[in-house]
Amino acid sequence: MLDDLIARLTAGDRRALARMVTLVENNDPASRAALAQLHALGGKAHIVGVTGSPGAGKSTLVMQLVRELRRRDQRVAIVAVDPTSPFTGGAILGDRIRMQDLVGDPNVYIRSMASRGSVGGLSSATRDAVRVLDAAGFDTIIIETVGAGQAEVEIVRAAQTIVVVTVPGMGDDIQALKAGILEIADCFCVNKADRPGADQAAAELRMLLSLDTQRDKDAWKPPILKTTAATGAGVPELADALGRHLAYLRESGQIVVRGERQARSEILALLYQALLAKLGATLGPAHFDQIVAAVAARQSDPYSAASVIARALGIALPSEDDATG
Amino acid sequence: MPDQSLDATAQTQVAAERKIRVIVAKPGLDGHDRGAKVIARALRDAGMEVIYTGIRQTPAMIVEAAIQEDADAILLSILSGAHMALFPKIMELLRAQGAEDILVVAGGILPDEDIPAIEAIGIKGNFGPGTSTQDIIAFVRANVKPERLAQPLPPLRTGGVAVDEPARGAQA
Ligand SMILES: Nc1nc2c(ncn2[C@@H]2O[C@H](COP(=O)(O)OP(=O)(O)O)[C@@H](O)[C@H]2O)c(=O)[nH]1
Ligand SMILES: [Mg+2]
Repeated sequence: MLDDLIARLTAGDRRALARMVTLVENNDPASRAALAQLHALGGKAHIVGVTGSPGAGKSTLVMQLVRELRRRDQRVAIVAVDPTSPFTGGAILGDRIRMQDLVGDPNVYIRSMASRGSVGGLSSATRDAVRVLDAAGFDTIIIETVGAGQAEVEIVRAAQTIVVVTVPGMGDDIQALKAGILEIADCFCVNKADRPGADQAAAELRMLLSLDTQRDKDAWKPPILKTTAATGAGVPELADALGRHLAYLRESGQIVVRGERQARSEILALLYQALLAKLGATLGPAHFDQIVAAVAARQSDPYSAASVIARALGIALPSEDDATG
Repeated sequence: MPDQSLDATAQTQVAAERKIRVIVAKPGLDGHDRGAKVIARALRDAGMEVIYTGIRQTPAMIVEAAIQEDADAILLSILSGAHMALFPKIMELLRAQGAEDILVVAGGILPDEDIPAIEAIGIKGNFGPGTSTQDIIAFVRANVKPERLAQPLPPLRTGGVAVDEPARGAQA
């Protein structure tokens, strides 16, 4: 069944593609073997993350960007992630509303995803969905995520080029950018440039960037573009900037660095899960909760508690097997 | 790292749980989507993942969205009275793709005398304006094809003949 799905999706069958995304999204037991094959097939797509505050115009901008990339004869896939309600487990995924103009183009595929359990808004399911799309041969894969603290930073582990979308007149937004996101952006869009204040917002960003001394040693200087997603103005420049960034990643070897960063975080996340499962099986969640309560009540301390648990797993804390650790 | 709790089973269940994914679409030319939005929110509050596609959807756009999203159900919200033209087209396009396993439910203003014809083409529910959202939720839960919620999912069916209607909404 899976070989058939893989053969069909690499040949351009959209239902097979959509079904494979469902399998990986649901962590379907059948999908594991497929992911190994899909991973071997991928690695060709340019993976672009688009993030920013709700309402900044990300979906509209993505729609325009895809139109521009289509003019450049690229096949494009979009993964649009919206948050799952922590209260009900449900979600309203509304990004397609802005992307209607793309429906019907056989070289564009749009998938809406809910963040489900993941803290960062960007789950392993998202990365696996991207893996499927990469194997399916899309030239560019765009991940849209709502920038909300952690999620903005998480996208680094899924994308090669990160576009941060902001809008004029959001001084607070710019302040928030300082917290982690400034560092991860490869390109800024001041969207809604049809509104007053776009030049000022761009100037503020430029000023903030100039304070980021970490950037000095990088050959890549993130461009600050003014876009009006409502009309498409500035979008060809955005497409150009993405192309330049990909060229930079390749020439500088950064593409390997980023690939390894992603691989490392994926492997560690899986191991972390396995370790949790083993812990759960060894101790039982209830016992763990007792230990937690004891530490909180100061009947025990985190070091002793962890040491006891580690020993139950047959390992030692770093400080125990290496006195210098 | 992700979690505070040791309950790794709970954690993997979040991912492994099969969520019902519903397309809420508003076919036809009228621009009122308040009803559709109310239903979308109710489905979300019932724990479903709702893909909201917006107003003025052509049958081809709706079916294409359902295919790309691998939706379990399509909920059509209609006020304009064009349902007898739109609904059969939607069902025909779904059949052409081999996607008859997607549940199609209609709601909105549907004259009683049209209901038999709508049901004859395989559209279920046909909820009128007074229907409580709870009834719609219960109906969707009970009628999504069980094979779609199976874990692992069964193989894909293959489609029939392609229907050559352009998916792009030909709206002026
Ligand atoms: N004036 C103006 N409005 C825009 C522009 N881009 C998007 N919008 C509007 O901003 C709102 C939010 O857009 P959306 O793309 O859904 O934002 P997202 O939440 O970041 O994905 C919508 O009403 C858009 O029509 C723009 O360039 N100028
Ligand atoms: Mg959006």
